[in-house]
Amino acid sequence: MTDLVLKMTRIGKTHGKGAQRVDALVDIDLDVAAGEFVAITGRSGSGKTTLLNIAGALDEPTTGNVWVEGRDLGDLSNQELARVRRVSVGYVFQQFNLLPALTAAENVALPLELDGMDVKEARGYADLSLEEVGLGGMGDRYPDQLSGGEQQRVAIARGLVGPRSLLLADEPTGALDEATGESILKLLRDRCELGASALMVTHEPAFAAWADRVVRLRDGQIEEISVRSVVPSSPADIYS
Amino acid sequence: MGIKEGLLALLADGPTHGYQLKLDLEAATGDGISLNVGQVYSTLQRLERDLLIESGGRDDEGREVYQIRPAGRDALRAWMSDPVDVAAGGRDEISIKVLIALFTKGLDPREVIESQRRATMGLLQDFTRLRARDSEEDIAWQLHLDRLMYSAEAELKWLDRVEERLKSARQAHTKDRAESPVEEGV
Repeated sequence: MTDLVLKMTRIGKTHGKGAQRVDALVDIDLDVAAGEFVAITGRSGSGKTTLLNIAGALDEPTTGNVWVEGRDLGDLSNQELARVRRVSVGYVFQQFNLLPALTAAENVALPLELDGMDVKEARGYADLSLEEVGLGGMGDRYPDQLSGGEQQRVAIARGLVGPRSLLLADEPTGALDEATGESILKLLRDRCELGASALMVTHEPAFAAWADRVVRLRDGQIEEISVRSVVPSSPADIYS
Repeated sequence: MGIKEGLLALLADGPTHGYQLKLDLEAATGDGISLNVGQVYSTLQRLERDLLIESGGRDDEGREVYQIRPAGRDALRAWMSDPVDVAAGGRDEISIKVLIALFTKGLDPREVIESQRRATMGLLQDFTRLRARDSEEDIAWQLHLDRLMYSAEAELKWLDRVEERLKSARQAHTKDRAESPVEEGV
């Protein structure tokens, strides 16, 4: 289990009670190994985001256990959970949630500073992360001086800043054009090749295809769709 | 893809011999088509018969060289400006499989959808990795790969839609039966 960055066993999530009871997730097992990029697909309302939130300690399962870097989240204090959220996990969500009074670089550096990192060092990581999403040199701008797509990239840079082991992304390419969206997916892939793990929710097959493993949620249950570990050596491999 | 038109296009660029045409046509389509040299020579003979090309003598190594005629250039231009009739292909094999499964007792269209989804997603993953790796490769290969990727993506979206439609149809059917039990079995 040591090489598993995320392990989820028999995860269930129920909303409501009695006749109103809805089983959003039913007995889900999902592992993500170090260096692995996993995509979760499925129609709207299939429970994709709920599962992602449970993986990132933002929501609790009704049943089952979640381990992040080998630690059972159910055994951790609130303070320890907060640290997992700040240090181990990077979140890239549909909402940007940028603080308008802070510059792009300050927004990106914030999670590292909250964790006690020296301001200068955190700023260094932030500049690096902004560079990765194609916003090098724009760190001093405020959110209202950036376009929607640029704001989203700042949010992505914040999610990826620093050495995080588990990256969680919920439709990360929402407001971006196709080429920029692809560059973000490539970034997630590159991070995985450097040893991080990524779990991404998307309803777009073309984005899911960037993952090593594609799973699908249907009626609260998970099904494996496709696993690819190597790049075909040549076009002929595909045609054969 | 029309081999005939492909050969005309290559000859419009200058005279050459049959084997070179085979290699150039494969390269020009990003290896999207594979030809045997016999196909190339038989097509060249038909083009010559139809007065679209003509023999231009032999090269230094004694190979017959072909060149395009004005009628050939006209035919090429006409082909280029004529849009491809996408509907002419009719229903494809996957559509037919789903429909047969839908109307045959003991067969489940969901199985068709699931196995096709797995295969096509795997293919799309392969294309995506190849494109990321070969981003500096020649443009013919890139365009061909783009086309394959969009087709795979469209198929996956279509499969999702089929699944949703079947689900709604089943729910409506169940509801109908519940509301009019007398008609059951009719």
